[in-house]
Amino acid sequence: MAERKPAAEATPLFAGYAPGPYFCELTAPREGDGGALGVVRARLAAIGIEALRARAAAAEGDLIDLGVTFTVYSDAAAIDRILPFDCIPRIITAGEWDRIERGVKQRVAALNLFLHDIYHERKILADGVLPRDLVLGNANYRPEMEHFPVRFGTYVHICGTDIVRGRDGDFMVLEDNARTPSGVSYVVENRHLMNRTFPDLMAGMKLRPVDDYGRRLHAAMAEIAPAGVDDPQVVLLSPGIYNSAYFEHVFLAREMGVPLVEGADLAVEQDHVWMRTTAGLRPVHTIYRRIGDDFLDPTVFRPESLLGVPGLIGAWRRGNVTLANAVGTGVADDKAVYAYMPRIIRYYLGEEAILANVPTHTCRERGGLDYTLAHLAQLVVKPVGESGGYGITIGPRASRAELERARAALLAEPAKWISQEVIDLSVAPTLTESGVRPRHLDLRPFAVTGRESWVLPGGLSRVAMKEGSLIVNSSQGGGSKDTWVLAAEAG
Amino acid sequence: MAREPVMLARYAEGLFWMARYLERVENMARLIDVTQGFESPGREAESWYALVQINADEENFARLGHTPGAEAVKAFYLADAANPTSIPASLEAARYNASTLRPLISTEMWRQLNMFHRAMSAIAPEEMQGDRLSRLCTRVKEGVQTHTGITEGTFFRDQGWLFYRLGRLIERADQTTRLLDIRYHLLTAPNGGEDRRVAELERWGGVLRAAAGYHGFRRVAPPGFAPADVVAFLLVDRGSPRSVALCVSEMEACLGELRARYGLRGTVDALELAEELRAALTGRPVSRIIEGGLRAFLDAVQQNLNALAAAIGTAFFRDWRPNAAS
Repeated sequence: MAERKPAAEATPLFAGYAPGPYFCELTAPREGDGGALGVVRARLAAIGIEALRARAAAAEGDLIDLGVTFTVYSDAAAIDRILPFDCIPRIITAGEWDRIERGVKQRVAALNLFLHDIYHERKILADGVLPRDLVLGNANYRPEMEHFPVRFGTYVHICGTDIVRGRDGDFMVLEDNARTPSGVSYVVENRHLMNRTFPDLMAGMKLRPVDDYGRRLHAAMAEIAPAGVDDPQVVLLSPGIYNSAYFEHVFLAREMGVPLVEGADLAVEQDHVWMRTTAGLRPVHTIYRRIGDDFLDPTVFRPESLLGVPGLIGAWRRGNVTLANAVGTGVADDKAVYAYMPRIIRYYLGEEAILANVPTHTCRERGGLDYTLAHLAQLVVKPVGESGGYGITIGPRASRAELERARAALLAEPAKWISQEVIDLSVAPTLTESGVRPRHLDLRPFAVTGRESWVLPGGLSRVAMKEGSLIVNSSQGGGSKDTWVLAAEAG
Repeated sequence: MAREPVMLARYAEGLFWMARYLERVENMARLIDVTQGFESPGREAESWYALVQINADEENFARLGHTPGAEAVKAFYLADAANPTSIPASLEAARYNASTLRPLISTEMWRQLNMFHRAMSAIAPEEMQGDRLSRLCTRVKEGVQTHTGITEGTFFRDQGWLFYRLGRLIERADQTTRLLDIRYHLLTAPNGGEDRRVAELERWGGVLRAAAGYHGFRRVAPPGFAPADVVAFLLVDRGSPRSVALCVSEMEACLGELRARYGLRGTVDALELAEELRAALTGRPVSRIIEGGLRAFLDAVQQNLNALAAAIGTAFFRDWRPNAAS
């Protein structure tokens, strides 16, 4: 990296850029970046605001033409939207990534051990590490899973771990997504987009590649197929083209080279799963399913579900097909269980969590509820069992009326809520209408686990496009950035 | 590669219909272009209404509140998404099928179709007027032709390609019979003087242009050609890409390959129907077909094509509903 220019902050592009008290992912001094941060700042400054805008617009046009979109439903209308793409990359150093990768693997290992335990011996409950009814009374607990063996003890084959950075730059886990986490397609598409649009920004950068995801995923899906099957047939089960994540399903099916099936493409006969092909029924061995537990099999769960396959759970219980993720993982990524994760990690692995939790108060516990009610205006209150950023009250930003509503909801059903300390999420320079400005962001790395875990270098950096907003969810107007993990310096 | 990729029944069906709808779009643009170019002064309304008749859309046309006339027919086919045979409706259906096929078709195919669909879903009324109409038709034709070219150059050649081709060929053959049907009916008035003969030839030229066969016909036609020569060209010429017989023999080749290379035994009925159809077309001179009544013959061909589509659908598709098929 030969080109070194004076601090980019002095150039017009970053002239109005003031990250304030927040940790900035591009301008805060960091060790071990090999000068990359400075090079990127200087190159961005050299490109200049006008060219940045033009290229960003071209990149977004590309996404529309390619149909790299998700569907938003409002007032009975379905609108295809692109995930807003910010062209200024987010950079993670090799050292930082090493810690995240180890932390994510540790967490996935603990989640799988936890799931195995609660569906078998329930030692953790007997030892009183977490309350019995929190697990057994959880809406996502599936009695169908009890004493059911899964290959390699892996329940959570695909995990998305939401990670944030506080003021001091420390990484913390905000949430585990152990059901059907989405977003990985954007990681790969964003990189392709950057390669096309910003070759000059990327030239000579030694980045960890992201193209390997489909191959790794397919290998894991083949690995977990029922024992004794040569060359197993993997399929991706999608709710179909009207699902908001359909593009991602298409992407993953293509990258794995497997059929994207809908429920009606599958049939169960003699407790085996088959797909309807032009040559008749053909066997299916692993189903990467992107539909929720409730919809998998109308004969077992929701009878009105048209998305699923009658008899699927029966075939699965007889060991003739593998589902990824396993049924019943929702009990592990529940926000109420999340609060116990550091203890769960310690219990099964005898280690401290490599990635800390955000300090969390469990309102089902008297102490947690009292603390939450007393500090409502300083806390983030979240419903358990929800996702997508819905139902959240951010104390410091809530109106008096909103706080009172939250208080009433807490008192009515305390067990439905947790509260967390407000984290001053890190920011990254983001192209906005008023120039390059700091915007808050998080990071969702994706771990794929068959026999062992592999973590895609980087992950999805979701950025809140609105000034000051802490909500990064795509359903709430969040965008994304390409996430660069710097390769370790040789030697 | 060790593995012969399987083909989901639903994908085969989607490919068949995507190709069919796009072929329909191209043919519609051809017909509109030719109708505009060969309007007979004083008989404009009649010329345009012939389009509605070709497509057996009389009932639909009335139901949607249109009355015969140039503007109404243009709007009916170019802008009325409520009309299932309109270009916007066919493109919508093609894109719907393409979206279910995204795991299978090339990114380039999807991208072009996505953009084409977007461009065509906002046709302004003034684009249907005067000299702009022909340019609009050219854009539509070129949109489909671009699709065809991208598909030829990028689409993986397995069973899917053959189902795609079958959909296109069936639709193309059907469209050619419809074109012949209505024009023959309108244009075979008794011979009059020289002026009348020239005018008639000019209209036959229009028919040939609609089927992209004008120049090909010039190369093979006898100097003093008769309407029967045009009929023969469109029905059985082995070199004309839109002739019914060529489409049928290409269908036979597709079905044969599905059977021989992919072991799909469900092709038996469809192959038999295609063979019969080819025999009916080429088993006797076209002059004899015309003597026997061209209209009835074309009706029978259309019914055979429907039966052929139904045989393919019943054998291979997941959701085939014969009665819902056009």
